[in-house]
Amino acid sequence: MTVPGLSWNLVADFRQLLMFPFMVNAFRAGTIVAVTAAALGWFMVLRRQAFAGHTLAIVSFPGAAGAILVGISATIGYFTAAIAAALVIAAVPRSLGGRARSSEAAIIGTVQAFALACGALFVSLYGGFLNGLTGLLFGSFLGISASQVLVLLAVGAAAITVLALIARPLFFGTVDPDVAAARGVPVRLLSTVFLVLLGCAAAEVSQITGALLVFALLVMPAATAQQITARPMASFGLTILLGLVIVWLGLAVAYFSVYPVGFFITTFGFAGYVLTAAGRTAVSRGRRRRAVAVPA
Amino acid sequence: MSGLAAIVGQPFLRYAFLAGAAIAAASGLTGYFVVLRSQVFTGDALSHVAFTGALAALAAGADLLIGLYGACVIVALAMAFLGRRGMADDTVIGSVFAWILGLGALFLSVYTASPAGANGTSGVNVLFGTIFGLSAAQAAIDSAVAAGVCVVMIVIARPLLFASIDEAVASARRVPVRVLGALFLGLVGVTAAAATQAVGALLLLGLLAAPAGAAQRLTARPFRGLWLSAAIAIGSVWAGLLIAYAAPRIPPSFGILAVATTVYLVAIAFTPNGRRA
Repeated sequence: MTVPGLSWNLVADFRQLLMFPFMVNAFRAGTIVAVTAAALGWFMVLRRQAFAGHTLAIVSFPGAAGAILVGISATIGYFTAAIAAALVIAAVPRSLGGRARSSEAAIIGTVQAFALACGALFVSLYGGFLNGLTGLLFGSFLGISASQVLVLLAVGAAAITVLALIARPLFFGTVDPDVAAARGVPVRLLSTVFLVLLGCAAAEVSQITGALLVFALLVMPAATAQQITARPMASFGLTILLGLVIVWLGLAVAYFSVYPVGFFITTFGFAGYVLTAAGRTAVSRGRRRRAVAVPA
Repeated sequence: MSGLAAIVGQPFLRYAFLAGAAIAAASGLTGYFVVLRSQVFTGDALSHVAFTGALAALAAGADLLIGLYGACVIVALAMAFLGRRGMADDTVIGSVFAWILGLGALFLSVYTASPAGANGTSGVNVLFGTIFGLSAAQAAIDSAVAAGVCVVMIVIARPLLFASIDEAVASARRVPVRVLGALFLGLVGVTAAAATQAVGALLLLGLLAAPAGAAQRLTARPFRGLWLSAAIAIGSVWAGLLIAYAAPRIPPSFGILAVATTVYLVAIAFTPNGRRA
């Protein structure tokens, strides 16, 4: 049983899946990342900050490449870059406020392209680790060490604890910022804290799916769940459940195939999103038809 | 002077400078309207599509250029026909883009596993560009295509400007607004495909947005801005190529993006806030 192969015996498959320590570590890391990303992603989708999440994830790529270049752990690079970027984003919008939107988009696009260019520079300066480059961009579940899992767990637990502490005022500030500010909720401070937490989550997800595919875990579960139900608690739980299912399925399928894990995770996430969107359209169309039919 | 002679003397540098100038001019001209029409997001979409299209062609054993130009032009035209009504919110857009890139990762690994792509550099080349690696034929194709884009852009610049600034009045004056919009997006697609070979799929957004953004900060006059945008783009590409030539460890794409970003930063720093009405 040295070559992984799929059989109809699910128990044997499952045992095969967890035969190697690297795979156990991958599942541990995937689980931590899925829960953290889903929790932060739920608020991110609600706050319509998907673009910020995207930028944070992209910035984590030069961070990791730079850390490898100077010889420290890529994990430190991911977190440092993403958290620094989160603080910058939190500080910037006020000073740019009131400008035309088109030039703002040009600035964001330039910053993203420049961050990616810096990553390319660091990789080139480090010299020849092409496999490492695709891993940084598109994710890899091989070679996650036990100490990395511990770091992911510590950061994830800290992020979720802080999120739990600020969840209520943050939700209030998200749904109605003006009323929340009037009631003495520190909206601006909360939004900065949230961006830093989002940076942590983006850095964690980058280590599994790669910097370019972070959306798969940050946005897709939350967007899917918020389509299924409008009740906050229900959709929050559903988001975490979806995130876990997507990561577990993605890792399991990637283990038995030769193709990259990033592809499977994005595909499962996207399929879930498309299916719920289609289902919702069908349901609302049926409801409208019934509503028209009954009075007639 | 001896440096200049060395650059002219080496064919790969000559190709890089000539094709780079043509691609930069096309990016500068289309980028100006991309920023003016608030379609930066279109450039973002095309950068993802360029990567996946190019690698799909490679994985299928076809020529990279076919996939690149085919995917970019088709998606650009599709976006033109979906139009602003079909524009979804950023959650949907982000999900679709992530999935397209995931597909690209799949094609990359299919191609890398095939005998033709065993060295595994093609994916990196598509992502970050190989302007020094252009062959004579590729440089000729890219220069011709980019020059064609420039000519068409200059021809339609006036009506396109009218349609971009006031669509309703322009269509009342019988400017074919929809046709112009579709033609323009098609040109952006062609430019994106050409620019992918110069700076790579991930960085082409910078080449579209940075010179145009800087030009719009520096002047409010549309035609002056248009020329300025093209000039900044060409200057960035040439300066970036010189940096990469002087310091071989620095990838040319980084040099180009670094110069373009610096110009944009300087433009932001030296123009007072809210000067443009």
